[in-house]
Amino acid sequence: MTRRRAALRGVVQAARRVGVQAALRAGVQAALQAMVLGTLPWLGAVAQEIRPSRDFLSPALRAQQDDPSRHPGWLWVDEGEALWRRGDRSCQSCHGDIGGMAGVATRYPAVAADGALLNLAGRIERCRTQHQAEPAFGHESEPLLALTVAVALQSRGLPMAVAIDGPAAPFLAAGRSLYATRQGQLNLSCGQCHDDNAGRRLRGDVISNGLGTGYPAYRLEWNGMGSLHRRLRACSLGVRATQFGLGSPEYLALELFLASRATGLPVEAPGLRR
Amino acid sequence: MTQWNRRAVMAIPALAGLNPRIAAAQSAETAAAPPHGTLAAQPQETFEAAEQAILAGRTPLATGITVDIPPLSENGNAVDVAIRIDSPSTAADHVTAIHLLSEKNPVTRIASFGLTARAGRAEIATRIRLATTQTVLVLAETSRGQVHRASREVIVILGACVDGG
Amino acid sequence: MSLITARITLPATARRGEIVPIRVIVRHDMEREVDAPGLTPVPRRILHSLRVTYAGEEVFRMALSTGITANPLVEFTTIATQTGDLVFEWHEDGGAVYRREARLVVA
Repeated sequence: MTRRRAALRGVVQAARRVGVQAALRAGVQAALQAMVLGTLPWLGAVAQEIRPSRDFLSPALRAQQDDPSRHPGWLWVDEGEALWRRGDRSCQSCHGDIGGMAGVATRYPAVAADGALLNLAGRIERCRTQHQAEPAFGHESEPLLALTVAVALQSRGLPMAVAIDGPAAPFLAAGRSLYATRQGQLNLSCGQCHDDNAGRRLRGDVISNGLGTGYPAYRLEWNGMGSLHRRLRACSLGVRATQFGLGSPEYLALELFLASRATGLPVEAPGLRR
Repeated sequence: MTQWNRRAVMAIPALAGLNPRIAAAQSAETAAAPPHGTLAAQPQETFEAAEQAILAGRTPLATGITVDIPPLSENGNAVDVAIRIDSPSTAADHVTAIHLLSEKNPVTRIASFGLTARAGRAEIATRIRLATTQTVLVLAETSRGQVHRASREVIVILGACVDGG
Repeated sequence: MSLITARITLPATARRGEIVPIRVIVRHDMEREVDAPGLTPVPRRILHSLRVTYAGEEVFRMALSTGITANPLVEFTTIATQTGDLVFEWHEDGGAVYRREARLVVA
């Protein structure tokens, strides 16, 4: 397929997915990707097959995800919103009402001024240590999960729109490379499940496109809330590959790539997952 | 249960209560063993023994009771169950207790509910853990001394008592 | 008595005599006891009882076990008799008691 046809297909598919206004942006993005990133054939296929993560949930689970009175993740939202207001140097003292965070989660992961790639939780930890003069909460801690999901919630329903050019480009390349690399004793790449077999069942679960837009998410298997990196560690374990650390550069780069795959698709946090 | 229109009342989260363990640590006792009077007081009770203990010699009715539980659960960590008993809910005739029993969980008595005539309807719902494919048994006692009984088979694909990381 | 994170759902207002549905979900890990060879023993720590009063009178009670999901969800009904507070009290292994309230306005 020619690059122009791939770009046009991207525009058409994006229009179907997200509506006309956002389609222009998403279509340009897809076209840029097709042109800049080369003619990797599966990228063209990806542009046409990627669906929101909620589409892969059972009707019962999706209904629960949409019901704040029954979805346990909202308990962390409540705690996060309280944390937002807490203390003399609270988040609120700088940022005002948490509603002002609308749109923020759609832009993360993002490259900070010092060149570091930060996801939303990392950005919050930086605020905590650099602006609030407090010790970091720590990866996967309850307060960090609560604050992260409370901030992400303000973007629920908004289309993902991470920057992938400029300083983000090398991180995106690293993430894309990890996504495409066969790993582990099972010798599987992310794409082999999340592109080639999305929608099919694996051990009683339905394989999604692996976008990560529902994170932080409440996973029934965890009986609690967890971050995308925790979920990625479970993926790595699943193919018997080396698990990287929470907040590791490998998972951060992968997170950026997943976010770019989700361009134009809605933030779903707090997600509800098996 | 039926769909309701309602306004959610947001409980103000506690700052100290962010981790219940912080609040609990402030209490004098530590949890070495479950306290008396809780459901784990009979840890080795079998499914059959629990049913017999609740029936206390009464013959249960198979009618007048509805149990909504999915016949197949992909994840035993959170299985929704809703129970309704046909009851006038008057002072003279109302459901006093509903018991939920598990055939194969480590603990047989999942939950018990205490109701009064003020319930208006004998209708409850909750979310349970199931360790594996099994029978779930519901026994409902009334103020007139009757017991309603219903059992349901639930196939569980991923049991509640494993953690895959 | 301590606070706990919980979401209580009930109608804003109700007519006198109306049957009101109530839903509550509470933040608690409901940790099962771990006592197996090769594993570090962990005591059970769950909310073992819930008691709900309405304008001071008990209207609902629940005994919970480790067979209840983490972050327990329960739904029940009560007749709207008067404007008053529904008080939810959870008792935890070890003796801690948590409390939340929600006001039911009855017209």
